[in-house]
Amino acid sequence: MPTLTIDGIEVTVPDKTNLIEAAKMVGAEIPHYCYHPGLSVAGNCRMCLVEIEKAPKLAIGCFTPCQEGMVVHTSTEKVLQARKDVLEFLLINHPLDCPVCDQAGECWLQIYYMKHGQYESRMMEDKIKKHKKATAIGPTVTLDQERCILCARCVRFCDEISKTSELGIFNRGNHAELDVFPGKELNNKYSGNVVDICPVGALTDRDFRFQCRVWYLDTQDSICPGCSRGCNIQVHYNLDRPHHAEGRRVLRLKPRFNPEVNKYWICDEGRYGYKFIDDESRILMPQVMRNGGMEFVSWDEALKASAEKIKASIPEELGVLASPQLTNEELYLIRKLFVEELGATQVEFRVPPKEEGYSDDYLVKADKNPNTKGAEEIGLAVGSAEEILKAAAEKKLSALVIFVHNLVNSGLDDSLVKAALEGVETLIFIGSNFSDTSEKANVILPSATYAEKSGTFANSEGRVQRIHEAVPPLGESLPEWQILNELARALGLDWDYQGTEHIFAELAKDVPAFANLTYEILGDQGQTLGYVPPAEEEALVEHGELEAVRAT
Amino acid sequence: MSIKITTKNLNIPNYNRLSVYREHGGYEALKKALSMEPAAVTDEVKRSNLVGLGGAGFPAGVKWGFIPKDTPKAKYLVVNGDEGEPGTFKDRYLLEFAPHQLIEGMIICSYAVGIHKAYIYIRGEYIRQIKIVRRAVEEAQEAGLLGENILGSGFNLDIVVHQGAGAYICGEETGLIESLEGKKGFPRIKPPFFPAAIGLFGCPTVINNVETLSQVPHVIANGAEWFASIGTEKNGGTRVFAVSGHVRKPGICELPMGVPLRELIYEHCGGMRDDRPVKAVIPGGSSSPVLTADHLDTKMDFVGLRDAGSMGGSGAVVVMDDTTCMVDVCANIARFYAHESCGQCTPCREGTGWVSKILDRILAGNARPEDVDNAVRVAKNMMGRTICLLADGAAMPILSYLTKFRNEFDYHVEHKCCDVKGG
Repeated sequence: MPTLTIDGIEVTVPDKTNLIEAAKMVGAEIPHYCYHPGLSVAGNCRMCLVEIEKAPKLAIGCFTPCQEGMVVHTSTEKVLQARKDVLEFLLINHPLDCPVCDQAGECWLQIYYMKHGQYESRMMEDKIKKHKKATAIGPTVTLDQERCILCARCVRFCDEISKTSELGIFNRGNHAELDVFPGKELNNKYSGNVVDICPVGALTDRDFRFQCRVWYLDTQDSICPGCSRGCNIQVHYNLDRPHHAEGRRVLRLKPRFNPEVNKYWICDEGRYGYKFIDDESRILMPQVMRNGGMEFVSWDEALKASAEKIKASIPEELGVLASPQLTNEELYLIRKLFVEELGATQVEFRVPPKEEGYSDDYLVKADKNPNTKGAEEIGLAVGSAEEILKAAAEKKLSALVIFVHNLVNSGLDDSLVKAALEGVETLIFIGSNFSDTSEKANVILPSATYAEKSGTFANSEGRVQRIHEAVPPLGESLPEWQILNELARALGLDWDYQGTEHIFAELAKDVPAFANLTYEILGDQGQTLGYVPPAEEEALVEHGELEAVRAT
Repeated sequence: MSIKITTKNLNIPNYNRLSVYREHGGYEALKKALSMEPAAVTDEVKRSNLVGLGGAGFPAGVKWGFIPKDTPKAKYLVVNGDEGEPGTFKDRYLLEFAPHQLIEGMIICSYAVGIHKAYIYIRGEYIRQIKIVRRAVEEAQEAGLLGENILGSGFNLDIVVHQGAGAYICGEETGLIESLEGKKGFPRIKPPFFPAAIGLFGCPTVINNVETLSQVPHVIANGAEWFASIGTEKNGGTRVFAVSGHVRKPGICELPMGVPLRELIYEHCGGMRDDRPVKAVIPGGSSSPVLTADHLDTKMDFVGLRDAGSMGGSGAVVVMDDTTCMVDVCANIARFYAHESCGQCTPCREGTGWVSKILDRILAGNARPEDVDNAVRVAKNMMGRTICLLADGAAMPILSYLTKFRNEFDYHVEHKCCDVKGG
């Protein structure tokens, strides 16, 4: 734990901390391009040069470990001049195409030029032409070699993180070019990350390119619902320019750093899995079966119709298929309403997938649901989906409530599903998008997607993490917790949940695994189930009871 | 004083064959070394003041001493035969005409440091030399001078000859190591990648120039004191100068360290072509700042040349008379470095190319007055800001021409022609 002085401020840092990271701790920014905390150090951009007292020349912040007694200056005249000079070198052969560059607005050449450059151009020579301009190098990424500053972050990513090694730097000197190796394309499960880490407009996302200028985007923290890993993400959305991107509001997902879950990365499956949010298949209004056809109705009418059907069913005739796509708050309300208040016994949340999902030893999990762990802890694994459907097929159920699931495209037997969906008297579907299952429903209640509501998911390791509303629910759709609250009231119950935090507080009291957790404690990085507050933990350690508590 | 060590026997027919080499006392030094304690061998080399003759002039014995004694890792010896510094051709002769001298030096070094695997990295264009060295290694293996239990000593060593692929930067020791590992020749960041600690395949590595190791058998055979007495106070022995340019007798010329430049030109290289005056001399390869006629009394060892504001470098001496356009020379050198920059670090990748283009415009009579200052500024902005020394090696000579012969550059800009060559 060396103690050093950076810009006059003393700081003690963990061993092996480099100067860029140490400077952050005292609020100083050392600009850099090639350094990325999730990758090995290349030391090639030379932007992070700083002055160290008693050192013969400027040193790179990325590869200089902090040492006891070191005195570092990050913005002396010498350092500022070096930065300016390096920027000038980086820009002499860089095309002046910012107006048509999709990176504009989030380009580190632009940002640092405004902060550290601002010189008169002295470059009179012809710029060097390179080969690939706006060339797709794989299904997800477009390459522009002239914009590339050869920091090699992407090369290191493909070598060290995806371990697929598609990229390399070819040729020498100022003719050096980033490219895919001959006969290869950039096509791996994590390829989109190279766009995130590219500090300039050399690698852009084919999915996002020219959809929207980045300065029109707003961001909201969330959790990827694509699998049970629970990668931390940011939802980037645009509400100001509805004519952009064919009216899509959510325009891209970006990884959000969480050292316990996904570090700096997300997989492509999660990254590009957001399209359903603004898809044409979204259900925009409640619908009820009348006179042999589905009719759009008001929420009041739809809830009334639902409540009547549910009331008419005795508990044994009521089936509920909850979903591990739902938040803990919603699953808790499902348990409370259907199991505790109505006494339903045919309740389950697991529906087997048609085929085993892809998984690897890094981020991607086979279970494509974000909240299986939460649903298990809340206790919704009562029966089995198959048993419930069998009951429905045998006309033993009068009402079946299905959340989100599309049973038709699942691992359940097709003929059983068909018989069940047709055999049940009342089928209430609560979900965000039309499917073959919603087609069979008598009542459809439109719900919000994860990007349109708040709540929590518990990932496969039991880490409870928050999602937040990025965009408002589309059309008249509502978050499931709100639908459940209204449904309970329509059933004559005195429910009045004002928000998910309210529900979570009750859940934390009621479900042991969630004990001690609050939204505040979850923060933006989450916290694991079975959490013991630090003060209490100390007491338990003293009495030797911590392990016993953890085991419960 | 005329004393030759490494080049003494180069004229003997078939000296590059094992039998002839042995007839003239070859591998006797090895026998002597194998009878000594390894530490005593290193000590002998230390006391001889033998320095690295690739360009750095760092004491060879001290370098060997950096290798950790008790490491669980393998240790390697790498011979730098990637002779690429413009003007340099001394190693080419040593490889072609005395490969066993090098091999003998390698075995002695390996024995001293405890190395059992050595690599000779030879520049790709030296096809003939590579064949000869390969044959010499095979001869030595067959004679029990390489492989297991060398000369019954119990010491083992294998040598691999590796052909480079044609990049100047692979003569930089960490770039060479990367290349030898099968990667692109990008120099490594020092620290922590000092070869003695983290070298080839991450293991402690001695890396020496061909000429340095070729001196080793003679140091052992004749003793450290004999060797140290030949050169200057800090640089022992001789070095092989590769002299080119406007002298009557260009070629390799082995002389004691510290020989005055004037003596080298006028006594050993036959003086100047057509008896014209010396205008400029590159004393140690193209990376060394140029000297003018005022520096003819400079002592040609690493210390003397450093004191003269230049450097010993690779021992390549390029002598230029008064018919030479310094703008042309400077632009030529700049073009070389722009071509050979590996492209890893921003200042070198962009700076070498930029300064070369400016100098080419000045040479072509297509420049503005501020271009000369701009060339100076660009060269200065590369220096001391990169991973390896290529940028400095380009900037130092370029700056030396721009400052010592500024008037020629200004003349080119103003008159759009050359004051030396006319036109």
